[in-house]
Amino acid sequence: MGGALDVSRRGVIGGGAAAVAAAGIGGDEAEGQTPEPAVLMPVSMTVNGRPVSLRIDPRTSLLDALREHLKLTGSKKGCDHGQCGACTVLVGGRRINSCLSLAVMHEGDEVTTIEGLGTPEKLHPMQAAFVKHDAYQCGYCTPGQICSAVGVLREIAAGVPSHVAGDLDDRPRVSVDEMRERMSGNICRCGAYSNIIDAMTEVSRA
Amino acid sequence: MRFDQPAGTNPIDRMKVVGQPIDRIDGPLKVCGVAPYAYERHDVVPNQAYGFILGSAIAKGRIRSFDLADAKSAPGVIAIVTHENAGKLGKPKAITANLMGGPEVEHFDQAIAIVVAETFEQARAAAKLIRVDYARAQGQFDLRAAIPSAKPVSDSSGEGSASPGRIEIGDFDAAFARAPVKVDVEYTTPDESHAMMEPQATIAAWDGDELTLWTSNQMINWAVRDVSQALLIPREKVRVISPYVGGGFGSKLWIRSDVVMAALGARAAKRPVKVALTRQQVFNNTTHRPATVQRLRIAANKDGRIVAIGHESTSGDLPGGGPETATSQTRLLYAGANRMVEMKLAVLDLPEANAMRAPGEAPGMMALEAAVDELAEELGMDPVEFRVLNDTQVDPEHPERRFSERNLIGCLRQGAERFGWAKRNPKPGQVRDGRWLVGMGVAAAFRNNLTMRSGARVAVDGRGIVTISTDMTDIGTGSYTVIAQTAAEMMGVPVSQVVVRLGDSTFPVSSGSGGQWGGNSATAGVYAACAKLRDQVAAKLGFNATDVEFADGQVRSGGRSVPLTDVGEMSAEDTLTYGDLGKKQQQSTFGAHFVEAGVDALTGEIRVRRMLAVCAAGRILNPKTARSQVIGAMTMGVGATLMEEAVVDTRFGCFINHDLAEYHVPVHADIPHQEVIFLDEADPQSSPMKAKGVGELGLCGVGAAVANAVYNACGVRVREYPITVEKIIAGLPRVA
Repeated sequence: MGGALDVSRRGVIGGGAAAVAAAGIGGDEAEGQTPEPAVLMPVSMTVNGRPVSLRIDPRTSLLDALREHLKLTGSKKGCDHGQCGACTVLVGGRRINSCLSLAVMHEGDEVTTIEGLGTPEKLHPMQAAFVKHDAYQCGYCTPGQICSAVGVLREIAAGVPSHVAGDLDDRPRVSVDEMRERMSGNICRCGAYSNIIDAMTEVSRA
Repeated sequence: MRFDQPAGTNPIDRMKVVGQPIDRIDGPLKVCGVAPYAYERHDVVPNQAYGFILGSAIAKGRIRSFDLADAKSAPGVIAIVTHENAGKLGKPKAITANLMGGPEVEHFDQAIAIVVAETFEQARAAAKLIRVDYARAQGQFDLRAAIPSAKPVSDSSGEGSASPGRIEIGDFDAAFARAPVKVDVEYTTPDESHAMMEPQATIAAWDGDELTLWTSNQMINWAVRDVSQALLIPREKVRVISPYVGGGFGSKLWIRSDVVMAALGARAAKRPVKVALTRQQVFNNTTHRPATVQRLRIAANKDGRIVAIGHESTSGDLPGGGPETATSQTRLLYAGANRMVEMKLAVLDLPEANAMRAPGEAPGMMALEAAVDELAEELGMDPVEFRVLNDTQVDPEHPERRFSERNLIGCLRQGAERFGWAKRNPKPGQVRDGRWLVGMGVAAAFRNNLTMRSGARVAVDGRGIVTISTDMTDIGTGSYTVIAQTAAEMMGVPVSQVVVRLGDSTFPVSSGSGGQWGGNSATAGVYAACAKLRDQVAAKLGFNATDVEFADGQVRSGGRSVPLTDVGEMSAEDTLTYGDLGKKQQQSTFGAHFVEAGVDALTGEIRVRRMLAVCAAGRILNPKTARSQVIGAMTMGVGATLMEEAVVDTRFGCFINHDLAEYHVPVHADIPHQEVIFLDEADPQSSPMKAKGVGELGLCGVGAAVANAVYNACGVRVREYPITVEKIIAGLPRVA
């Protein structure tokens, strides 16, 4: 128990340098600030082709706006910190971590979630390929993987380079290395990666 | 139905549906995001409020007082529950640390309060306004420092892995001392987090004194029991619903604080409350796989036969907790006349240690199978041949006890052939591919097979639909699908006409999902229910039950054929229970892992280039979903070997890298194409399904295969997992 780091007794959460050190372990927000009274802000966007208008707490992430306010629970919360990719949606056709983005930042945006890609009766080709290749197990990261996979193939087609590009001036081509690199922000703890790449490869060739 | 004689021929043997690699029946729901997980049930009960759990900022000590004034007056706050107003709580027997702390604090981030508010943002903000006055006590957080006080304990993981405090067969010390070739090595494995993608989450709703919980749980019946014990309410008043589980790996075998805190919050708020743990809370509020310090002593004669094998392991847990049963497999995997295992437990004040996928074998095999590789090298023997030579067909501690099925040799031989093992250069550091040093590694895979009583209800509706109801869970394992296949095979209908309803405590009690027993046991329960219904249908039709056949939607007997739809609505419920077949013969699952790894000759970066697993694990109910189980386990094994480590901050007594940015699990770029081969096997000793488990087998040994491949690539043997760059770079061969 180092003396300089002995932050026992009063006020671990109260203030002071030592308290900040301890709070930083467990907390994910600044301590000791009284929140403002609830203020709601208006925001309008298009979600899966449907215009929506919300009055929403400005602290609400796009992910929570989708899941809790619009009840589109296909986008998942795995970490709320942009570390797992389960919340991946397409905004203006590009993939983002919806947990790292506040809903009120998306005025006028076009958002596509997993529910906007296909339905069980009419699967999007990427969704069908995931079923065929068993590219999931528990299913919790799956909507994010699929949105990301759709975004990745678009990015490669649009010539967006990646870390594994041999030459930034060359047009990237669909390859397992390119797909693995670009998909690495989407964690699958069940470990379906090998099958996900098989599913993406099939869709890329269609 | 009681299973106390080896299975004879039965309808499953037709393998028209069972054993086929069909797509998951829940797949379309999952890929469209409409399979409902616990936190997402907007549909089940109105007026849900949001809860946010505050965890303890100290690892050990007491809460002197709470200052709730600011939190209570924060916008939207409905209720706050701490130990001061929670009412009397119990501690479930299956759980080591209380799910709600206070005034005593048992571990860092133990739940000490829940704030209920109108919105998630309000609950989260208000929780940060709670001021806690702690009296911090000294704790023991350092496993290495606690080893001198560790004591031998006998324990079972409850998941097929068990070991006595100490057992010795023959004269281990003398045989080890006398033997001409030996290794005496210490391996360590770190604390690990399950890191399942869906953090624990619960919606709790009270209706009078009746509590309904929509939660994420692997073992529904245990959850009902533990809720009853925690809240001190009768079991009959508790309903648990968990149809979809976003990964478990052992983290959801038992209820966690989300369940208790949601129930307490809902009681205080007088409305339904939903709670999800944060990712950070998964690391310190919930359980983890504990670190181990293991010593392996293995000795052989010059012909390669093992004459002495000893395995000691020490891990830590809170007072009243249990050890990681890392020595278990060493009792069964290899022959050898002189043997000893010793398992010790130290008291630590870290969060609760508990089961994570393949508890015991996962870290135990990482040490054993790497030490075996070291001994093979000392002997100058090929590591495949060394393992083949030391195979045993009987329990080495009880030679009269045979293995029901054991084809480890077949796994090794087929794997070696398929992987191109003959091309391996036994001398490390010799093979180059550009900047990469390339090597191959092998390890045995071993995991015991457990059978658990399991029940189900089957109904036919007169319109051709067969409905199965059981409280079994599908945690990604494919339960929905293999249960549908079993029902389809038994009732003679296509899978598309089977409806499977899972994860509800109003359904018959099943085996649940754990210990790789779920697939075999739950389908065996469905088999029993279907067998009973078949008898009832046959009786109703006046058929002779012994020659009746259910196929193509027809019931046939003695030249007569009647559509199943003609029998109208009928149902049956049964539970398959087990006699002592599992005691008379040792039931285990086997495999061989082959890995090719590259080590960057300059930087020491490690890349896994190829992976193959060959498994002999009884009948494979669905090769597609079973393969996914195995590749997923291989992936988790790569994580355990090369990156995963929950780092203990011994000052504060917590896992400091408590998120997915700092606790690294494998991502796409870390995992190559993976191959799996299942050997043809059916084990009539296991159940009427003749199946066993593969979900944990795939993890057991793969880490050592990676480690052995890294060693073969670069010649550096790291005995302190995970094998990271800084541990190997100094030992790399000089670059010309």
